[in-house]
Formats: sequence, C-alpha cells, structure tokens
Amino acid sequence: MANGSLITDELRKLIGVTLETIVFKVEEGAIQRYAQAIGDPNPLYNDPDFASRTKYGRLLAPPGFTGWPVKAGRLSDRLLESLLKAGAPSRLLDGGVEFDFVEPIGAGDVLTATTKIANMTERETRLGKTMFTTLETTFVNQKGNVALKIRSTFILF
Amino acid sequence: MVKQVYYEDVEVGTEITPLAKIATTHMLVQWAGASGDFNPLHYDDDFAKAMGVGAPIVHGALKRAWLGHLMTDWIGEQGKLKKLSCQYRGMDYPRKMKTREEPHDGETWWCKGKVTKKYEEGGEHLVECEIWVENGKGEKTTPGSALVALPKRKRK
Repeated sequence: MANGSLITDELRKLIGVTLETIVFKVEEGAIQRYAQAIGDPNPLYNDPDFASRTKYGRLLAPPGFTGWPVKAGRLSDRLLESLLKAGAPSRLLDGGVEFDFVEPIGAGDVLTATTKIANMTERETRLGKTMFTTLETTFVNQKGNVALKIRSTFILF
Repeated sequence: MVKQVYYEDVEVGTEITPLAKIATTHMLVQWAGASGDFNPLHYDDDFAKAMGVGAPIVHGALKRAWLGHLMTDWIGEQGKLKKLSCQYRGMDYPRKMKTREEPHDGETWWCKGKVTKKYEEGGEHLVECEIWVENGKGEKTTPGSALVALPKRKRK
C-alpha cells in the first residue's frame, strides 16, 4: 500500500456519481442572521421592505448563502463517510472554494442541491502522499434554473 | 450606499476599496449559529489544541464571506458578482472579548484586492480581480479571485 495509489478502484468509481441531494428553503430570518454574522449592513440582505422595492423583489441572500445550514463548500458527514469507506485517507484539510453565481438567490427560494465528485488527483506534498478531491454542488431553484455552482477542494492525507 | 463604480473607471492595477474586519470570539459564535457550522475547532480551546492548531481559529467560510462583502460593496447596486474563489492558506485567531461588546486590542484584518484584467464578452463588461484577506502582520491568509460585471456609462 505504501507505494500504491491513494485513489483506490472503489474511490475511482465514485467520480461523476451524484452522492447527495438536499433541498434547502431560503428563509428571510436566516438571511438576516447570516448578513449580521458577516457584519454586512447592506439593506438588500437586511431590510425586506427596501429589498422588495428593488429588481430582486425580495430579501436577497449574500453571495454564498443557500439556506441554513449553509452547505456551501463543506463536506457533509455522509459524503466523508462514502470517501472513507472507499479507502480515502482520513486526515482532512479544506483546500478552498470556487463559486459560480448564475441567478440571484433570495428569501422564499427553494434550492435543490446535488453534489458529485468532479475530480480526484494525488501527488506528493509536505504532508506526504496527498489526495485532492474536488466536489461540485449545483443548486437548482424552484423555477428549475441553475442558481449557483460551487466547486470545493478537499485535501486528504 | 457607496458611489457606483463604472467599467470606464477601472484599469489593470486599480485598487478595490479595502474593507476592515475584526474577528472576535463573539463573532465566531455568531457565525457558527448563522452558518450552521458547529465544528468545535472554532470555539473550544481544548479541542483546537488537540487538533494541533493551538487555539480556536476563524472559520474559512467567514473569511470567504468577508471577501463577498468586499466585492459587493465595491461593485455597487448595478454591478454583478459572477465568480468568487478563495483558498484557505493560513490560520487566523480571533480577538478575545474584554467586555460583552468590546474585544481586546489586537489584530485587524483587511480585505483587499486589485483589478487584473478587463474585457468585454457576451455584451457584458467584465473585470477580473485578485482579492485576499490580510492579517495584522500583512500576510495573505486567504487569497482568491473574483469576476464581476460592471455597468458602462451612458453616452451623453
């Protein structure tokens, strides 16, 4: 195993497969609490009356908010478990995240998020033999349109 | 609301108006609740020590959200944030609280950025930016990039 690939056949089989589908409701109060936690006083995220008079017609979510709990760029226990079961190394670092904002997300939206493993690579790093896994989550809104795509990279070693 | 920035106003190298942030233990608790990330790495001293980071650290996602704040403030009402990415390179430690409201003196973080490219595509006026969160020592702990569409001034 020491000289073998970290990416087992079982792991390779997971690439491209939808591993998780979750439905999120985007609630007004959750948006406000999120904006307050960032420290962003933008009335689009804080003042429903103001926001309803804008082109958005409703309280807008700050970029990256997709309903509570915010899944954006996080590895759920269930996904991590699938990876571990397939033989992935168990130590984990969050490598970063990439957002593609397609349509505005706001209060009252219902988002269906599907997550798949887009990519797996490995190389030698200062952590030793290291595996990079890229997850891609697509959020589709109640109108059936893609609202957001998130690619997040996790470092397993 | 800040003054609207237009496509014509920016060139490669133009600085994004910096945004100051002070991470506190209070803020991290608030963020945990608002985001639903209850990993004890961000509020439990013993757990953070056991995980090898010394003390509770600032959530990467909070720093990413600060960068979102930086960009949406800068592009104003008529701008559109199209892409944002960042990497979690360095750990940041929040200030502890002196009173219920006030943190101790200490580090201030700055969200900063500059324009790296501007071009027109598909009828949009696009601007690419290099962005980052910088700690009190001037280290970029959270480097990233953003793509925005800016409005163009109307011809008189």
